[in-house]
Amino acid sequence: MPEKAGPGRLAVRKTYKLFIGGAFPRSESGRSYVVTDAKGRFVANAARASRKDARDAVVAARKAFPGWSGRTAYNRGQILYRVAEMLEGRRDQFIAELRGTGLPKPQATAEVDAAVDRWVWYAGWADKLAAVAGSANPVSGPFFNFSTPEPTGVVAAVAPDSPLLGLVSVVAPAIVSGNTAVVVASEPAPLPAITLAEVLATSDLPGGVINILTGHRAELAPWLATHMDVNAVDLAGAAPEDVPDLEDKAAGNLKRVLRPDGADWTAEPGTARMTAFLETKTVWHPVGV
Amino acid sequence: MSTETLNSAAELRAFLHGLPGVDQVGADERAARLATRSIKTTAKAEAIDLAISMVDLTTLEGADTPGKVRALCAKAAHPDPSDASVPRVAAVCVYSDLVDVAVRSLAGTGVGVASVATSFPSGRAPLEAKLADTRAAVAAGASEIDMVIDRGAFLSGDYAKVFEEITAVKQACGDAHLKVILETGELATYDNVRRASWLAMRAGADFIKTSTGKVSPAATLPVTLVMLEAVRDYRAATGRQVGVKPAGGIRTTKDAIRYLVLVNETAGPDWLAPEWFRLGASSVLNDLLMQRRKMATGVYSGPDYFTLD
Amino acid sequence: MASKSTIFEYAPAPESRAVVDIRASYGLFVDGEFTDGHGEPFKSINPADESVLADIACADETDVDRAVSAARTAFDKVWGPMPGRERAKYLYRIARIIQERSRELAVLESIDNGKPIRESRDVDVPLVAAWFFYYAGWADKLRHAGFGADPKPVGVAGQVIPWNFPLLMLAWKIAPALACGNTVVLKPAETTPLTALLFADICRQAELPPGVVNIITGAGETGRALVRHRGIDKIAFTGSTEVGRQIARSVAGTDKKLTLELGGKAANIVFDDAALDQAVEGIVNGIFFNQGHVCCAGSRLLVQESVAEDVLERLKTRMATLRVGDPLDKNTDVGAINSAAQLAKIEEFSAAGEEEGATRWSPPCDLPAQGFWFAPTIFTGVAQSHRIAREEIFGPVLSVLTFRTPEEAVTKANNTPYGLSAGIWTEKGSQILWTAQRLRAGVVWANTFNKFDPASPFGGYKESGFGREGGRHGLEAYLNA
Repeated sequence: MPEKAGPGRLAVRKTYKLFIGGAFPRSESGRSYVVTDAKGRFVANAARASRKDARDAVVAARKAFPGWSGRTAYNRGQILYRVAEMLEGRRDQFIAELRGTGLPKPQATAEVDAAVDRWVWYAGWADKLAAVAGSANPVSGPFFNFSTPEPTGVVAAVAPDSPLLGLVSVVAPAIVSGNTAVVVASEPAPLPAITLAEVLATSDLPGGVINILTGHRAELAPWLATHMDVNAVDLAGAAPEDVPDLEDKAAGNLKRVLRPDGADWTAEPGTARMTAFLETKTVWHPVGV
Repeated sequence: MSTETLNSAAELRAFLHGLPGVDQVGADERAARLATRSIKTTAKAEAIDLAISMVDLTTLEGADTPGKVRALCAKAAHPDPSDASVPRVAAVCVYSDLVDVAVRSLAGTGVGVASVATSFPSGRAPLEAKLADTRAAVAAGASEIDMVIDRGAFLSGDYAKVFEEITAVKQACGDAHLKVILETGELATYDNVRRASWLAMRAGADFIKTSTGKVSPAATLPVTLVMLEAVRDYRAATGRQVGVKPAGGIRTTKDAIRYLVLVNETAGPDWLAPEWFRLGASSVLNDLLMQRRKMATGVYSGPDYFTLD
Repeated sequence: MASKSTIFEYAPAPESRAVVDIRASYGLFVDGEFTDGHGEPFKSINPADESVLADIACADETDVDRAVSAARTAFDKVWGPMPGRERAKYLYRIARIIQERSRELAVLESIDNGKPIRESRDVDVPLVAAWFFYYAGWADKLRHAGFGADPKPVGVAGQVIPWNFPLLMLAWKIAPALACGNTVVLKPAETTPLTALLFADICRQAELPPGVVNIITGAGETGRALVRHRGIDKIAFTGSTEVGRQIARSVAGTDKKLTLELGGKAANIVFDDAALDQAVEGIVNGIFFNQGHVCCAGSRLLVQESVAEDVLERLKTRMATLRVGDPLDKNTDVGAINSAAQLAKIEEFSAAGEEEGATRWSPPCDLPAQGFWFAPTIFTGVAQSHRIAREEIFGPVLSVLTFRTPEEAVTKANNTPYGLSAGIWTEKGSQILWTAQRLRAGVVWANTFNKFDPASPFGGYKESGFGREGGRHGLEAYLNA
């Protein structure tokens, strides 16, 4: 984030921390790493999360799950829309921050606008998903049978390097249905993720629904992939050479795995990233007097 | 045997509505599954004789005459005149004005005489008329009284009225056994069948019976299943055993055997005797006899070889 | 007069075996022909009397390769390009032949598997026909299924199925795969290959093009070779969670699509206001159906304390009427355990249950001397921490636990790594929905249990696997959007 300094005034810098359970802790490890701009100049120290931070984030996500998944779909939609509103309000800040990662202004602007619109797109899905993915099933017998989509649980995501739009494109579809998420931000460009956390923290999103870790993907992802209280992993931003190992680790408790598919984050998203983290629950009941 | 004192209408109502519910689909499913039991060879032979011995051979028509009743009684005592090994039926069931004819015809045979009473089949008459009807049948020698409950009172929630009528009729029966007809075809739900069963048992019924035979549907397997569960549970709760009688719609040997399977696997073998289970029917008897002869001779028989009475 | 208990011992009522013709040996069904396998042949035995039924060919890697090649060729040349309406007619034809040969299929299934003829006749085989009928209708309507405007088949599906519902699991796998335009290589379980091989004959009668369906027999090695084969585009597996995990590991880093239908430890929750007689039926059906060899079996009974005694008494009375014995007897309720190995596992769990302090009960029950048998069994006084409350026994063994409040019932029900199915028994509608919403399980039976239908999606949460079989949802695994 460029500093608004002037003659005679030293700018107040922001400390970039993690976002876990609605709070902004430093890494328990006390570690950080240097984030540079496109030209290699120092921008900030980002927190370098440890496996214990990852663990804490999973605990926070699990704790938030019953409450978040138990909210009405309408309410979740409202909150996602509120995130879009808050993001829109900080548009200039995000454009500036993205420019700091090396994006020219038009691209930075386009990415921020697309990220806002993406929240709006997913916000609207909250109360339509069950109608599209669910069904009343005509079984041959005196039974009423219906299927509804339900959130899988805790989703761990490795965010892609598109620092804002990619992150939003991964996180929003996971949580809109009631999942909670632990996301590892872009490793080279983590700062927009933490700034986004400031948006999330002021958007009525309950603490723990989205938890953001910054640090080394290769260090954090295996802990999340093996974590037995994580239900699914999104490997969107994992390095191709790491995918087989992460998938193998994810098999430990049969996590649902969304493989990286070279997604174009600027394209209109379909429903696939939402349905990847849904379970279909089918309920039978007799029909009688 | 004792009947209970009715503490209060409210207590009775609370009790009946506190009984576990019956899931219709589950009860239908259970009955249908039991109906797939395959009863063959020696088991079938025994089942046929048991079923014959449980038949309440019935004629309940406005056109009944003493002659018709006498013929029926002859059939009841010797269902197959050409085969003395065929057991007699349990009872003959007639209107109260023909009880004396049946009693005289059946003297010494061991076949019981059952009389419908209490303004059968509708049950729509003043209590005094119902009691007079009952007393007349008993006085004429009926050993069993088949009364109908006031379905209107039951469906309107006036359980106390139904209870009091049954206790009054029970008293009028003296030594005669009281079968209480629930007319399940008019009770609409299995929950009601279960409640009516308990109501009748608590009021002193010796038997609970499904139907008059004048209302469709008459007896069905699932309704009988629910009633058998009721007598089973009632005995477990009170120690008193109450009998069950499905009536109407039982036409074939296969039907009859399905009821026996139902008894065997629901209330249990203790009920597999004419004292505790009856089949209210008439045409089923000839089918049982035909099947019996098929098993004895190995060839299918025909209706011309059995008497139509 | 004494009660006549002897009459209803029921005389034996055996279904005739004459309707099936079991050959002395069976080959692999590859590219429309029965061929020899290159592995060591094995025997399929009748679990009810341990007699040998037939020698079965074993597919090794070269055989798997042959089968996958045949499937690939059939996919590229015939089945993939075929219009959906034509594929549909093949599937309808197969469904009809299954109905025509239903008696034969049912008897063979009971002989090879040990399940009661009543179940193979009234449940398995009718569902098999229904599954083909249902998915036949999808074959030319895939554009309307909600998986994209022009969904494409995935390619060659490798399918590995278990021994508990041999023919039904085959139908769950093959019907949707073929409807979507895929070809298949299917491996039945080594203890129950015969109905799959009879199905191969049905494919021939239906004149299904060679290579569209390939059936390869063998044990774990054959299955491993199949799922690891590079020519496979999609793997569908039903079986144990442990093997499912191995398969998930083996596809790591590949492009193979995967669906898994694995183990379960379903809670069957009985609230105090339940329709008790039907609940007892549901408990019995939940755990003793198919000898408890059911992944979605209601193996944990959670009963509200206020009715626990009453329910247990009714349950024991009901269990005493279960008829255990000859699978081909039409009155048998509980048949043979499928294999010696499975019997040993059930016995080990039961011993563990006793050691851990639970109380074991079975009704008096004469078991045949020959064959693999286990009496219907319940354990009371079971704690959540006992192995018999946590691990899948896959046999006729019920663990009974109690609860006090609805909240506690849900917590206990969900306190497992599995999440396949659950049961709810209450007459209160709002309580059903409240409970169903909170149960982390893919199938929730309220006031019923163990119901299946081709229109109804089936599959688990958590370690019970992922993906759904049945209904519109069941198409997803076999389509690329």
